[in-house]
Amino acid sequence: MADFDAIVVGSGCAGPAAAIELARAGKSVLVIERGTFAGAKNVSGGRLYTHALKALLPDVAGSAPLERRIVRERVSMLSTDSATTLDVTDEAMRDGRHESWSVLRARFDPWLAEQAEAAGAEYITGIAVEALLKDGDRVTGVRAGEDDITAEVVVLCDGVNSLLAQQAVGAARPRPDQVAVGVKQVVALPESVISDRAMCADGDGMAWLFVGDATHGSIGGGFLYTNRDTISVGIVATVSDVMESDTPIHRMLEDFTHHPSVAPILRGGQVVEHSGHLVAEGGYDAMPPLVGDGVLLAGESALMCVNAGYTVRGMDLALAAGQQAGRSAALALAAGDTSAAGLAGYRAALEDSFVLRDLRTLRRFPHFMESTPRVFAGYPDLARDVMRSLFLVDGTPMRRPAKEIGRIVRRTGYLNVAKDIVKGVRAL
Amino acid sequence: MTTPPPATVGVETYLALNRYTVDEEHAHIVLAEHPDRSQLEQLARVCPAGLYKVDDAGNATFDYAGCLECGTCRIVAGGGAVASWRFPAPTMGVEYRFG
Repeated sequence: MADFDAIVVGSGCAGPAAAIELARAGKSVLVIERGTFAGAKNVSGGRLYTHALKALLPDVAGSAPLERRIVRERVSMLSTDSATTLDVTDEAMRDGRHESWSVLRARFDPWLAEQAEAAGAEYITGIAVEALLKDGDRVTGVRAGEDDITAEVVVLCDGVNSLLAQQAVGAARPRPDQVAVGVKQVVALPESVISDRAMCADGDGMAWLFVGDATHGSIGGGFLYTNRDTISVGIVATVSDVMESDTPIHRMLEDFTHHPSVAPILRGGQVVEHSGHLVAEGGYDAMPPLVGDGVLLAGESALMCVNAGYTVRGMDLALAAGQQAGRSAALALAAGDTSAAGLAGYRAALEDSFVLRDLRTLRRFPHFMESTPRVFAGYPDLARDVMRSLFLVDGTPMRRPAKEIGRIVRRTGYLNVAKDIVKGVRAL
Repeated sequence: MTTPPPATVGVETYLALNRYTVDEEHAHIVLAEHPDRSQLEQLARVCPAGLYKVDDAGNATFDYAGCLECGTCRIVAGGGAVASWRFPAPTMGVEYRFG
């Protein structure tokens, strides 16, 4: 007889979600987290699309410690000295069905862990799972600290650097072109100053993504999210690109926060934290197997991340996948079969849910980004030059705008632009 | 044309703002004994904490104390320049207050 019905490794988004469903089904479940508290090791950009949180915790999702509801979306093409920006405000962003909130994980994750404990999960923090216990191919528990703890099923939610996924399902170490390195700073400012600069009411906020000079032309981008009394600002760039870049990633961030289009919103703020995180960007085709004998993977340990360029999502996938892992594990426990075959319902359920459907929908997007460098170095300058032709006035007789814009686009080549547009449309 | 103001603050200044419990006894990341120079330069570019440094003579230094535990060096190195990579012992390493 195993010590627990289920052990969940890691308390980020996926782990507590799995534990909540297992505990609700009356199963004994232990969550093991290596940080001194849930969230101590966790970093996100971050913005959470709350639909998955509401599906998991319909009664209390509204009291989650989130920062600001995003009601302003900005996307900028950044060149060294300009930004060409799309700015969207829309009352529909307040609709509960698709609202999103900025989030700080050291505040959100402890609350989520509390919900799992309240549902009946046991928790240990400050203890790491060093290895999985295995009987042949079957996972039978974990080695944590000095102890061997057994379980009928183990749910791995231990993050993007899951060293256990290799042991569980033979997951390969991601290649440098399949992951991106993120670096972020949290900048403290008074709440009202942030509201004013984001042109939002207190409690409402802005999400701002950047492509181009944020990463010095590397594949990737910059982000800025307004929190209640801080701003999260950072960049994410594909590791294989940064390896060959002329600028180290931490210097790219320094340049980005001092960019003339970014610096004013941060002016006078105090950096209070500098963090780093690896982001799975390989999409559907880079994911490891999600199921093994006695083991399930959910969230970043399974490299679940959707990148559409203008949005990047991981946490809502992790919450939904964790919840489904908990449900499928509980069903397998009830049926007395937690082999890979007994747990196969997990994969099938995710294939039907937005988690794997969105990953499949965007499976060609990573390749589009890799094969279209002009998006990162080229188009931001082109956009700037077109806007200059429209907005800069110096008294010299103007040329017809259509002719002038045509001249600018011709420098890149109509055919190249057309090809990139077709590629982008196909990838999306 | 405006040029961005010079970035003068080094990444070390920012790391000093983070909360760490440094495991003085054990380094959780160990550099290879004779690391390949080009790999070292790659590590220096990707590390968000700027912990890998290579001087003009090709001498490498690495300080694990400021590690953000992102794992990027594990991806780059592929076993080359980094001899071993694991997480710091429980309760050790960075403790994010914002995340």
